[in-house]
Amino acid sequence: MASIRQDDRQHGLPDFRNLGVTARIVVALNLLAFGVALAAAPEWTRALDGFAQSAALLEPPLIASLLVLYFASPWLGRLPYAAACGAVLALALALTALTHWALAELAGASMTRALALAAAATLVLLAYLRLHLRAFSPALAEARLQALQARMRPHFLYNSLNAVLALMRRDPRRAEQTLEDLADLFRALMSDARSLVRLGDEVALLERYAAIEQLRLGERLRVTWEIDGAPMDAMLPPLVLQPVLENAIYHGVEPGTGRGDVLVRIERRGERVLARIENPHRPRETGLRGGNRMALDNIRERLMLFFDAEARLESRVEGERYLVEIELPYRTGAA
Amino acid sequence: MSEVRVFIADDEQPARERLKELLADVAPGLATRVVGEAANGVEAIERLPASGAQVMLLDIQMPGMSGLEVARHLAALPEAPAVVFVTAHDRHAVEAFELNAVDYLMKPVRAARLAAALRKALAAGPMARARLERVAPGPRQYFSVPERNRIALVPVREVIYFKAELKYVTIFTRAGEHLIEEPLVALEREFADRFVRIHRNCLVARGAIRGFERAAGGEEEPHWEVVLEGVAGRLPVSRRQWPVVKELLAHRKD
Repeated sequence: MASIRQDDRQHGLPDFRNLGVTARIVVALNLLAFGVALAAAPEWTRALDGFAQSAALLEPPLIASLLVLYFASPWLGRLPYAAACGAVLALALALTALTHWALAELAGASMTRALALAAAATLVLLAYLRLHLRAFSPALAEARLQALQARMRPHFLYNSLNAVLALMRRDPRRAEQTLEDLADLFRALMSDARSLVRLGDEVALLERYAAIEQLRLGERLRVTWEIDGAPMDAMLPPLVLQPVLENAIYHGVEPGTGRGDVLVRIERRGERVLARIENPHRPRETGLRGGNRMALDNIRERLMLFFDAEARLESRVEGERYLVEIELPYRTGAA
Repeated sequence: MSEVRVFIADDEQPARERLKELLADVAPGLATRVVGEAANGVEAIERLPASGAQVMLLDIQMPGMSGLEVARHLAALPEAPAVVFVTAHDRHAVEAFELNAVDYLMKPVRAARLAAALRKALAAGPMARARLERVAPGPRQYFSVPERNRIALVPVREVIYFKAELKYVTIFTRAGEHLIEEPLVALEREFADRFVRIHRNCLVARGAIRGFERAAGGEEEPHWEVVLEGVAGRLPVSRRQWPVVKELLAHRKD
C-alpha cells in the first residue's frame, strides 16, 4: 500500500494486510456464528454449545483464508473489483470445502450447508468492508481540511516573517534561506493530504522547521536529533511529525526564559517505525496555551485513516519531560 | 527636539533587532535612542526603572510574564513610561485593545505605523492603571511592591496568606512580608481559585492549608483555627466563613 489513493482502496476491496481489517473480519464472523446459534437454539446454554460447535468448524477455514488473502493482497489489488470479489469468494469456498472435508467426520455436518454459509458470510463481509471504506472517505477530505486550517499557528507565521525581515539587511543570505525553508513548509501544508510521503522528506521538513524556530529563539532552543537509525524509505502520511515538533517548541520551549531541550528520535524496530519527540514539561507557564490536544487528536485521526489499528500515538509526562510517541508499521513505497 | 528614550522588550532577538532598524529608519522625522532592552517580562521590570525610558515597545507574548502584566506592574512607578504594545497574533489581546481604544502594533511592524504609534503614546503619556487592568483580564502571576524607583515582584504562587489592616494588605510568604495597596475584596475576586477567605480580614492559599484545630480560648468563644504550611502561628476562621472553608476541605479530600 503505497498510497491511500491506490485503486484497490478506491474501488472498495479492503486491505487484507491491515490489522484492523483482519480484526473486523474475525469479530464479525464470530458474531454472525453466535447469532445463528442463538436463533437456532431455544435456550442460552444450548446456544453456547451450538456456538462452540460452529466455531470449531468456522475458525480453521477463516484463519486459512486470512493467511492466503494476506499473501495474495497485492495481486488482488490489481484485479477489477468484481473479479477480486469473485476470487475472494472462490478462495473462501475452496478452503471451507477443504477443511470441511478434513473435519466433517467429527462434526457430521452437511457440506452444502457449510458452503452456503461461507458464501453468504463472505459476501456480507465484503459489502460491509466496502461500506466501511466508503464511510471513511469523506472523513479523509475533512481531515485534509483540518490539516490545512489548524496546522500552522498564525503566531509562528508572523513571528517568522518578522525574523526574516530582521535578517534582510544584516544577513541577506540567511534571509533567503529562511524564506526557502518557509516556502517548503507551506508546500507541505498545501500538499495533497491523501498521499503518503517518505520519512526522509518528513525529516527534511522537520529540520527546515527547526531552523526557522532556531532563528527566532536563538539559544533558548536546543534540538537534539537521534535519527541515524531512521528508515528514511518508510512511507507515512504527510505532516505527522512536524506538528508534534511544533507543539514541543510552542509548549515546551517558548514559555520558558531559560534553555529548552527538545529531542527528536526516530528508529526502526523490526517491522515498526518508532518516533519520539520530547520537550520540557511546563505545566505552570503553559496554562494559557491551549490547542495541544486538538493537534494530537488530528494526527491520531489521520494515522487511523491510513493505518487503522496498526498505528499508535501516545503522549505522557515522565518526570520533567513531556513526550509524544508515534508508532507506525514499516512500509516502503515498493510494497 | 531631543531624542525620545525608548525601551524595547521582546523575547525574540531578531524582533528586537528589527524594531531598532525601524527606529533608525524613522529617525529623520522622529529621533529616538534605545536606552534599554529586555528578553522577558521580569527582566523588563528589573531594567526599565533605571533606564529612564519615556516610551516602551512591549511585546505581549513573552515567557514568564506577559507584556500585559508587565505594563500593569510598571504603572505603579512614579515616572511610568508610555506603552506601545506589539503583538504577532493574539486575538484576545487585540480584542481588548480595540474595546478600550488602546493603540497597538502588529508584527511585522511597518516604519510609518511605528512612528505614528510612538507619537501618539508620547502625547497621551502613561496609561491609567484601571485601563490596563481592563485590557489584561485574568489573574496576575506576580504582585508588585513599589520600592524606591524599582518594583519588587512577589510570585503569586509563593503567597501563603493575605491580611488586611486599615488601607493596606500584608502579603505573607515563606520568605517574608510585603505591603501592597490593594483591597482584599479585589484580591479575592482576582484569585478566587487559589485563595479562600477565612475571616473578614484574611485570605489563605488553598494549597497551603494543612488542617484545622479547635481553639478553646479562655474568655473567647471556642472557634476553629487554620494550620498553614510554612507558618508557625494559627489563623482564626470566623464563624461566618467556617461553612465555606469546611466545604472546600471536604471537596479536596475526594
